[in-house]
Amino acid sequence: METLDFRFDSKPVPQAADPALCGVVGSGNLEILVQAGAQPNACEVSIKTSARGFASTWQAVLASFAASHPAGGTRIAINDMGATPAVVSLRLAQVLAEYQGGGQ
Amino acid sequence: MNAPLPRDWDTLRQSRSRRLERAASLGFGKEIPVDRIIDLLEAVIQPGDRVCLEGNNQKQADFLSESLADCSPERINHLSMVQSVLALPSHVDLFERGLANRLDFSFSGPQGARLAKLVQEQRIEIGAIHTYLELFGRYFMDLTPNVALIAAQAADAEGNLYLGPNTEDTPAIVEATAFKGGIVIAQVNERLEKLPRVDVPADWVDFTVLAPKPNYIEPLFTRDPAQITEVQVLMAMMAIKGIYAEYGVTRLNHGIGFDTAAIELLLPTYAADLGLKGKICTHWALNPHPTLIPAIEAGFVESVHCFGSEVGMDAYISARSDVFFTGADGSMRSNRAFSQTAGLYACDMFIGSTLQMDMAGNSSTATLGRITGFGGAPNMGSDPHGRRHASPAWLKAGREAYGSKAIRGRKLVVQMVETFREHMAPVFVEELDAWKLQKSMGAELPPIMIYGDDVSHIVTEEGIANLLLCRSPEEREQAIRGVAGFTPVGMARDKAMVENLRDRGIVRRPEDLGIDPRQATRDLLAARSVKDLVRWSGGLYAPPSRFRNW
Repeated sequence: METLDFRFDSKPVPQAADPALCGVVGSGNLEILVQAGAQPNACEVSIKTSARGFASTWQAVLASFAASHPAGGTRIAINDMGATPAVVSLRLAQVLAEYQGGGQ
Repeated sequence: MNAPLPRDWDTLRQSRSRRLERAASLGFGKEIPVDRIIDLLEAVIQPGDRVCLEGNNQKQADFLSESLADCSPERINHLSMVQSVLALPSHVDLFERGLANRLDFSFSGPQGARLAKLVQEQRIEIGAIHTYLELFGRYFMDLTPNVALIAAQAADAEGNLYLGPNTEDTPAIVEATAFKGGIVIAQVNERLEKLPRVDVPADWVDFTVLAPKPNYIEPLFTRDPAQITEVQVLMAMMAIKGIYAEYGVTRLNHGIGFDTAAIELLLPTYAADLGLKGKICTHWALNPHPTLIPAIEAGFVESVHCFGSEVGMDAYISARSDVFFTGADGSMRSNRAFSQTAGLYACDMFIGSTLQMDMAGNSSTATLGRITGFGGAPNMGSDPHGRRHASPAWLKAGREAYGSKAIRGRKLVVQMVETFREHMAPVFVEELDAWKLQKSMGAELPPIMIYGDDVSHIVTEEGIANLLLCRSPEEREQAIRGVAGFTPVGMARDKAMVENLRDRGIVRRPEDLGIDPRQATRDLLAARSVKDLVRWSGGLYAPPSRFRNW
């Protein structure tokens, strides 16, 4: 198990509903919780992952997410069991939409 | 003038006669008692023979393979094996026990690791790794078998054979052997007084043996829809909208795997909603994939010609004889050689997956420590320069590749991969493992499955790269890096150049295609379980027990 913490600049999320949860903790998958964060122009991410040694990949995936989505003012907690970047990116997009009350 | 040297012109026939006489002297007629099969094999096979052992990724002459492996290496040795697939433990036993020492083949999936070890120990000499059609071709050129050991469903008293739905490679093997002085031995599942139909006439067959149990058939093409992921749904949406619809692909082959199974299951839903019914995917060279059932039932599919059959699909196929090729008896007729020919010359698109791809687009399923071979992919995943007939998809691809004055079209060869495999192994790499494997095998060439210059498109979760539109090796490389996601080679992209390629439509993201990745849910799949497939088939599909969980 490895714990990783990141902080990225990101445009403020336009609207926030209740905390949102997406995904499941299963092999090749992950669970993401989005809640309100302290800084409106930053996205804070905390990851617990079963796959050690992928900090730079997480950094790249999350930086791309924070740059392409308005995710400022959020705190994101991730429980990962070896999800690929494709799954991580998809779940992040899904959970952020849900956090904004949009769902699908 | 030199007088011609005297020579015998029928040594093959003489050799065949001697072998048959040896069998006759041991009291063998055409029907061999099961407990004497080894005596027969030792009587008719000679050291140094070229032996074809029938077996593909589906049907296997498993009893004859095990029997041959149990023969005495004192009597039978230095065999040169020619076979489509090295799949069973007994196939490798032949080499480990010293009966055979040379191999020409196409595919070795499950035995890939054992094969690599034998090569490293220099206990096996690999002639070449082929694609199926190429190997069949060599059966009629320089690799004609002396003895063929084949599998059939049934034999009658004369020795006529019924092959059942899994005809597969048998006609090609038997024709090459029987008409060049060879011996044909068939294991059969049953003896019948009257066959449903005759697939191989008795005078092409020398001996038959009733196997103790029916020949093994691997349900290789059955994919459980329950295991299809949302990322695969996303890639399938991109492929349908960005390639199938844009080129109007009506004639095609799908490779094996969950990526293409997802496409099959989106035809009655997503593709139908896009108004594509009747415009794409009407004619197929394809094994009877259970995941194609919903598209067939929804009226998408007009015709399917099969390389082999698939376990559990026989009743469904018989009941859909407008779609599948079936005999007068009602059961399916498959034929790998003809289906591969259709895949080569009569399909406008091949779409499949791979384990590794380099920056020139070369792809390989060979990874370190495993020699797996290629099967049909190099054939169907190649642009045939012998093709002359036009079709809209072929012409459009040709104009994209060669410009508006193109004098030929181009086959669409699509590689569909997630950028990372399981355990975070990147698919996109700077150098294929195939190069290291070449060294360890001492081979002339690296085992590349599909050459980069044959690839037209790459689909990943990040987008589609259209390599036809690239005008330089640098553009191709950046187009590939541009869809390689967060793999090290993907992150090493020239961002400005990739954005330029995106402006030119060479790299397209989901949003460029009007696809919101959040729409990619499993709800779009026409069937979400094997049970759903059974329901779509009206109860005609009978999945093998390992795919039943109800």
